[in-house]
Amino acid sequence: MKCFAIAKKDIVMYYLKGPVVIFGILLPLFLFLAFWIGRNLSLNFLITGLISMTVFFASTSVSPVIAPWEGQMRTLERLLACPISTTTIVFGDVLASITFGIGISLVPLLLALCFGLMFNLIIILGIILAAFCFSCLGLLFSSYPTNLPSTVMMISSMIRFPLIFISGIFIPIQKLPAWGKTISMLSPLTYFTDIARISFGMSPFLPIYIDFIALAGFSVVFLVLSIKLHERALLSRL
Amino acid sequence: MIAIEAEGLRKRFGNVEALKGVSFRVKRGEIFGFLGPNGAGKTTTVRILTGILKPDSGKARINGYDIIEETLKAKQSIGVLPEVSNAYPDLTAWQNIMLIASLYGMRRREAETRANELLKEFGIHERKDAKVRGFSKGMKQRLMLCMALISDPEIIFLDEPTSGLDVQSARMIREKVLEIANERKTVFLTSHNMDEVNLLCDRVAIINKGKIVTVDTPERLKSRVGGNVAIEVSFGGKAELNLENVERFGDKHVIYTTNPYKTICEVVDFARKSGVEIVSINTRTPTLEDAFLKLLEMER
Repeated sequence: MKCFAIAKKDIVMYYLKGPVVIFGILLPLFLFLAFWIGRNLSLNFLITGLISMTVFFASTSVSPVIAPWEGQMRTLERLLACPISTTTIVFGDVLASITFGIGISLVPLLLALCFGLMFNLIIILGIILAAFCFSCLGLLFSSYPTNLPSTVMMISSMIRFPLIFISGIFIPIQKLPAWGKTISMLSPLTYFTDIARISFGMSPFLPIYIDFIALAGFSVVFLVLSIKLHERALLSRL
Repeated sequence: MIAIEAEGLRKRFGNVEALKGVSFRVKRGEIFGFLGPNGAGKTTTVRILTGILKPDSGKARINGYDIIEETLKAKQSIGVLPEVSNAYPDLTAWQNIMLIASLYGMRRREAETRANELLKEFGIHERKDAKVRGFSKGMKQRLMLCMALISDPEIIFLDEPTSGLDVQSARMIREKVLEIANERKTVFLTSHNMDEVNLLCDRVAIINKGKIVTVDTPERLKSRVGGNVAIEVSFGGKAELNLENVERFGDKHVIYTTNPYKTICEVVDFARKSGVEIVSINTRTPTLEDAFLKLLEMER
């Protein structure tokens, strides 16, 4: 499978760098601490929020900048001359991002075990689907036709940071006003956070099967859009 | 048998028409040179033939496969050394080659055997586990050629393969090109180095302003300059030589002639009458560069 070769290249080239791994863990951890300190929140609520943020940030951390980097390093033309389609390239990038997202999410899961928290193993399935969905979202960010990683990171940050505030990570969705609940439905992170909360025995916002269907739906839309947009954008990077 | 066939290729980028109906054929086993000034449409043509770009109209067949309808099959039979491309700097030479082998769907054992052979042949086997970041330009280019050849392709596209290289690397690459052609494989060579094209190519196409000016053998192109012999003369002072087929390059005049004895006499007469000294006078056959410049001039 040619997409595995792309994924392997991405992991060695972009993901297995000290700063990337450390940042993937530290950013959610600091956000977590910032909201934990001084607030009387249950450990279950905080850990599930941390898991959600970790999967989300890890899966969207590097995937947006791979295409601009490849354009800037002038490695893209060599890749495009190989007998592979844009779909294979996108799948390879998504696969690398999923692997990283799942790998990093093991840290807060282990933390939960250290705190003695019990959880349903359905969360593993949720993490895999969420990592896939968020990786596709990351690829969607990188479809903006530029070779400047900073531009893509700006676009990515402008979307990613607001999403964590409307997805029930820091404030339970049940406590949001009606308009807040409506907006939260637009974020794929909402559904994964709900899966995480349900897995840790907390009250659900939506039935769990709805969460899975929504995440799968978002994944398909993000993936199809990524492939279409990358087909156009890749050539402008040469 | 035709290895590469371009038929009426057209490509527009915004208001710029990069290709205006490019057509040519390359036979199997040929080393085909593709020359043209900067911005003539060379890279666009190569990108279309290698399946990277799609033409607005026209057709191209590579190894019998339509490059638009059967892109992946066409790409499977080619190896490419793009002009502006790099190997992955944070991967080792070995990882770079194995990546390309995987993308061509090669079996691991076959890929490893061939990679070892190529790396040894190009003198970088000892550095195979070093990251490409630390390689010199010559080593990087040799590695890129290994990557282009790993799948043992029938057709190889080389875009400026020796540009900016040290003598040793450039010679190694030229020798390999000849060796590839001896194996009845096709080489499509884009280069600004006229001596290289003259030395290696069976036929040459010249492209200018998006159109093919001519396709011919280097020797026939040279004979089109307007004479069999070029006389190169340098005068000691300022002199305006009024002869047919004369061109001026720096302090030299180059006269293309079919009758060198008569022309030399005319040059000596001119120097005597004008009272200028002849610093040097040489006869040589017109070069491919002479032909190239002449043909472009005729296009203006």
